[in-house]
Amino acid sequence: MKVLVPVKRVVDYNVKVRVKADQSGVETANVKMSMNPFDEIAVEEAIRMKEAGKADEIVAVSIGAAQAQETLRTALAMGADRAILIETDELVEPLAVAKLLKAVMDEENPGIVLLGKQAIDDDSNQTAQMLGALTGWPQATFVSNIELGDGSLEATREVDSGLETIKVNMPAVVSVDLRLNEPRYASLPNIMKAKKKPLDTKSAADYGVDVTPRLKTIKVAEPEARSGGVIVGSVAELVDKLKNEAKVL
Amino acid sequence: MDFALTEEHKMIRESARAFVEAELMPYEDEVEKTGEVRPELLEQIKQKSIENGFYAANMPAELGGGGLDALSVTILEQELSRTSMALQYAVARPSGILMACNEEQRERYLLPAIRGEKVDCLAMTEPDAGSDVRSMKATAVKDGDHWVINGTKHFISHADVSDFVILFVATGEEDTPRGKKKLITAFLVDMGTPGFEVAPGYESVSHRGYHNCILNFDNCRVHETQILGEVHKGFAVANEWLAGTRLQVAAMCLGRCERAIEVASEWAATRKQFGQPIGKNQGVSFKLADMLTEFKCAELMTYYASWKLDQGTMTDSDAAMAKLKATEALAMISDEAIQILGGMGLMNELPLERIWRDHRVERIWDGTSEIQRHIISRAMLRPLEQ
Ligand SMILES: Cc1cc2nc3c(=O)[nH]c(=O)nc-3n(C[C@H](O)[C@H](O)[C@H](O)COP(=O)(O)OP(=O)(O)OC[C@H]3O[C@@H](n4cnc5c(N)ncnc54)[C@H](O)[C@@H]3O)c2cc1C
Ligand SMILES: Cc1cc2nc3c(=O)[nH]c(=O)nc-3n(C[C@H](O)[C@H](O)[C@H](O)COP(=O)(O)OP(=O)(O)OC[C@H]3O[C@@H](n4cnc5c(N)ncnc54)[C@H](O)[C@@H]3O)c2cc1C
Repeated sequence: MKVLVPVKRVVDYNVKVRVKADQSGVETANVKMSMNPFDEIAVEEAIRMKEAGKADEIVAVSIGAAQAQETLRTALAMGADRAILIETDELVEPLAVAKLLKAVMDEENPGIVLLGKQAIDDDSNQTAQMLGALTGWPQATFVSNIELGDGSLEATREVDSGLETIKVNMPAVVSVDLRLNEPRYASLPNIMKAKKKPLDTKSAADYGVDVTPRLKTIKVAEPEARSGGVIVGSVAELVDKLKNEAKVL
Repeated sequence: MDFALTEEHKMIRESARAFVEAELMPYEDEVEKTGEVRPELLEQIKQKSIENGFYAANMPAELGGGGLDALSVTILEQELSRTSMALQYAVARPSGILMACNEEQRERYLLPAIRGEKVDCLAMTEPDAGSDVRSMKATAVKDGDHWVINGTKHFISHADVSDFVILFVATGEEDTPRGKKKLITAFLVDMGTPGFEVAPGYESVSHRGYHNCILNFDNCRVHETQILGEVHKGFAVANEWLAGTRLQVAAMCLGRCERAIEVASEWAATRKQFGQPIGKNQGVSFKLADMLTEFKCAELMTYYASWKLDQGTMTDSDAAMAKLKATEALAMISDEAIQILGGMGLMNELPLERIWRDHRVERIWDGTSEIQRHIISRAMLRPLEQ
């Protein structure tokens, strides 16, 4: 089985994000960029499938600027076999990403697509779902455990009320959550090997997908600073405050 | 001119940093408090670093090492040294001098050292021969196909956990225009060889959990096959690698500098006194600016020398300048970082007091700062002398 793992280059999770002075977006110049942490989990899961003999090839795909090559190399150094960079300087929205991924899937015929449940930059949480809809494949989202069966998989999903286990037919689109696994760091020998693994560069036009944004960003601003909370002494005091200060009761 | 690191360099950095954070840093407090690395912990770190290819990463890939270029070795060392000496040492990098092993010695020493089956240490220094290492008094005298070793070495790092020592002793004298000069030979001597004792060394302000030892040789007989390189050519073997060792010290200082700067910046940005973050005062912020500038200078010089080593053009002076600058930068940075933290800088809740205690040795070992200046100035003046 072939596993397709889309990976996104995002501002590193340790970086304190700052809004650009002209409010057109967040500052990315001279900022440390890394693989989206949820995508790392997806790569790790793919590698574990391969190590368990349940997958035979892992293809990592990234859509973004030329520097996204670095993110793909990281995926290769972790253990992916091959990488495809769809290079574009546009800001690609989730729907366009899903269309591009579908085009890649048409060529690659994977048995499963493992995606991060969301990217920590725009936190859209849409790509996997859109991809499921576009391809008509079953989808399992926010997955914290995967049991691969014969022609189907059982996914444990983290939902508001707790854990839900569903069975979906394969091929399937799976978006992964934080607790699925702990991603490995690339070992030195694998870093050296990554250099020699194939990395193809394509453009959106190669797949006939129009990536022109459909949304217009008017302005990006810092959220208002939160003022500190208070600890109330009793339920009576809480009710009193809700009634007389917050005036919500 | 291209200052860009390759994707590979960047990945080595990321991966080593993650490794240090996951496998080494969690044990920092334990090691500082007990002054020991438990044998099981040492073994655990060794196994993890073998699994991830960090063990003996400085050695050629054909021999089972990491096959890294010099700049990658520097970057790896920089990352490993974000933690304490005792823990970073557990991810061993066998001495490059072992590359001088002959076929038979490779099987017995070099390859086991790369596989993590044997640990090496290196002994040159004696109570009466430090900077002036050639004045050493330990000797080896030929007796048939054996050599008989007598003398004492001190300050020998991690000999207590080593399996063999790369030992330098005097084996004769030659006349030179500048007077008599001792001839030095390198030997590989196994721990446990009769007549060879490893005694505990001194308690030092630096490096809890990483010990120095005293080696006593009393009519210790070793076979001539234990000679590394050629008789009387011990320094020829050593010199080729000494400059690399100096780069290693420089790289080590870089990692410690970075960690100290991170702690100090974070503190300056968040610690409030007089109603504002202390970093708002130039008295604090200018210190940070100077610290970062010193660090970057040291880093550039160390990377430059490493790059030259890869090109085959590094001079002794390049390595000496990098070591001098990086060790002195760490001295300044670790002290100023503590100043920025105030009282908390001295407390063992944070890594600064350790970095500050540990940094002191860097300006002394592998050639004192004065000896580095001697190397640098000699290269400047010799060509001009009549
Ligand atoms: C913790 C630790 C671990 C060590 N590990 C090892 C090891 O594993 N193996 C090993 O062989 N050695 C080891 N050493 C020894 C180390 O290399 C020496 O300490 C170093 O070479 C300096 O020698 P010394 O301490 O005898 O000082 P000295 O040589 O006595 O120097 C004292 C002072 O005089 C200055 N000085 C000396 N000569 C000159 C000169 N010509 N011009 C100007 N100033 C001069 C020095 O710079 C220094 O300031 C270790 C040392 C320490 C502290
Ligand atoms: C071992 C030890 C024993 C002590 N014993 C006692 C004791 O018995 N009783 C007691 O009351 N206290 C005691 N102290 C506390 C000591 O007096 C304080 O550590 C000292 O006043 C500094 O305060 P701080 O550590 O909170 O640093 P901070 O005040 O937070 O200072 C941090 C840094 O910011 C700088 N800074 C702060 N404000 C400014 C400014 N406006 N402009 C420029 N720079 C600024 C400081 O110079 C310093 O570099 C002790 C401290 C230690 C370490």
